[in-house]
Amino acid sequence: MARTPADLVGAQPDPPFEITFDGRRVTALPGQTLAAALWGAGILAWRTTRDGGRPRGAFCGIGQCYDCLATVNGEPNRRACLVPARPGDAITTQEGHGHDRLAV
Amino acid sequence: MTASPSEPEPSAPEPSAPEPSAPEPSAPEARREPYDLAVVGAGSAGLAAAVTASELGLAVALLDASAQTGGQFHRHPAPTLGARRPEALHHDWSAFTDLRRRLAGSSVTHLAGHHVWSTVREDDGSWTAHAVTGADGTAGRPARIRARTLLLATGAYERQLPLPGWTLPGVVGAGGAQAMLKSGLVLPGRRVVVAGSGPLLLAVASSLAAAGARVPAVVEAAGYLRYVRSPLALLANPAKAAEALSHGTALLRHRVRVRLRSAVTEVHGTDRVEAVTVTRLDADWRPVPGTGRRIACDALAVGHGLVPQIELATALGCATRRLPDGTLGLALDDLQETSERGLWAAGETGGVGGAELARTEGELAAHAVAARLLGRRADGDRIAGLRRRRDRLRAFAEVMSAAHAPGPGWQDWLTDDTDVCRCEEVTAGRIREAVTELGARDARTAKLLTRAGMGWCQGRMCGTAVSCLAAHGGAPEPPAERRPFAVPVRLSALAALDGEPDDPHPRAP
Repeated sequence: MARTPADLVGAQPDPPFEITFDGRRVTALPGQTLAAALWGAGILAWRTTRDGGRPRGAFCGIGQCYDCLATVNGEPNRRACLVPARPGDAITTQEGHGHDRLAV
Repeated sequence: MTASPSEPEPSAPEPSAPEPSAPEPSAPEARREPYDLAVVGAGSAGLAAAVTASELGLAVALLDASAQTGGQFHRHPAPTLGARRPEALHHDWSAFTDLRRRLAGSSVTHLAGHHVWSTVREDDGSWTAHAVTGADGTAGRPARIRARTLLLATGAYERQLPLPGWTLPGVVGAGGAQAMLKSGLVLPGRRVVVAGSGPLLLAVASSLAAAGARVPAVVEAAGYLRYVRSPLALLANPAKAAEALSHGTALLRHRVRVRLRSAVTEVHGTDRVEAVTVTRLDADWRPVPGTGRRIACDALAVGHGLVPQIELATALGCATRRLPDGTLGLALDDLQETSERGLWAAGETGGVGGAELARTEGELAAHAVAARLLGRRADGDRIAGLRRRRDRLRAFAEVMSAAHAPGPGWQDWLTDDTDVCRCEEVTAGRIREAVTELGARDARTAKLLTRAGMGWCQGRMCGTAVSCLAAHGGAPEPPAERRPFAVPVRLSALAALDGEPDDPHPRAP
């Protein structure tokens, strides 16, 4: 029995690179989305809700539920399950409505 | 402005970060427009339709939100992940690679990274598809594609029924867990309970187990007896039984226990999943008191079947039909045409039925489009054969849909403080109050009173639940699946509509 998803599909990925989540270093594989890279590091939440301040992360995994919205390189409301990870990406926990630049 | 009235998108400034690894939106090729056919969705149905239509001599544009073809069923790792055996996570992988090879050898214009937010019929009867571009639709340049005919192959999304604790990190959609595994080669946890209803659960559980997760239980709310009540549809579709058997064998090999007529009725944990309670259900999906058992796990993959994604069609006024599982699909004629002339649909949009049915309908629709445009009759042995296969697989799909229709008793596992609408954090208690105290009798009124369904996802996650709660014990109306904006659209993209139709660089707002 294969022990990891990468074993199962015989993955030989291109060299990994680093991104950060709230300043913490996270290793990503080229071709992974931000959400996949975070899951790979055991991180399941990168947003807090507007009313309850509750943690959220990827739920539907296909861009439909918008629960995985993250602030990426300062830009809020990016769907982490769709956006590919790039070397040096800085993901920060998105709090509340995420409209930091509008101050609404 | 966006699809979500409560979440206005910043209209300016435009995002400055470049996206080198995002799919590069192709500029509409003015010389080829209007295309004979624009296909929205590059999953099984859309791929089959696009390559068939192209091979029949039509100029075809194939639009899809993803960077790669395959849709959700054949979602697969990016080339840079170097998967030498992607088929290990797939059923019927060669059917996809055959289509992919035909696409590569065709003249189809594949527009990856195109999120279609609206389709409109022009005065001359042709169609325009409006799309935002990039991995998540936030790239600078919107696109519009013109075509003489349009085919919607937009697939489905997962149906969710809320339960106490389902907003905890570690609770993910069953299809979501599958998608993240298939494309990103990652798991949501080490011990993953798979729960809900529908044949997808068996596929998800066997994939997770093969990829190294422990799966303490697969929890299916329905029994499988409903299938046996339709022996003809089963006998006519031996491949479907074989597929179920292969998942069942894989589960046995991984010692995964399947619990029928049971549901996860509560998720435990503070900041992430620590355990779930599994409770037996009666025939109406009502939890049987005293039967709850706690199972330790660090993730829950949950889903209750699939919902046809049809908002582009409903915005055009297409007729729908109510499916046996309480969802809405498009009403289609014998050659896959919707009630709007010149607009076809294939695959899950007409009712969820799987990849083989989707490919069959896509190919059939392509023949019908070609016949219309070339002024021929849509007949012949090939079309007759496709129709027979479509009818046979459709019959099975209807049996499957009926077998997994949620029973009315599921609402009994909701506590008043369970979040129903994940986006707007609206609890079951507030929706019940809107119904019992304020007189809401339908999902729309409940939404106006509570904001349930008014957030980013526009009711995709909570629509079924709000409809059931609003029906207050009566027969729920299927969620309307009407979303004038199929995806969120920035003001800048709307402002760019003033540009010339074929202008690849519309004026900045």
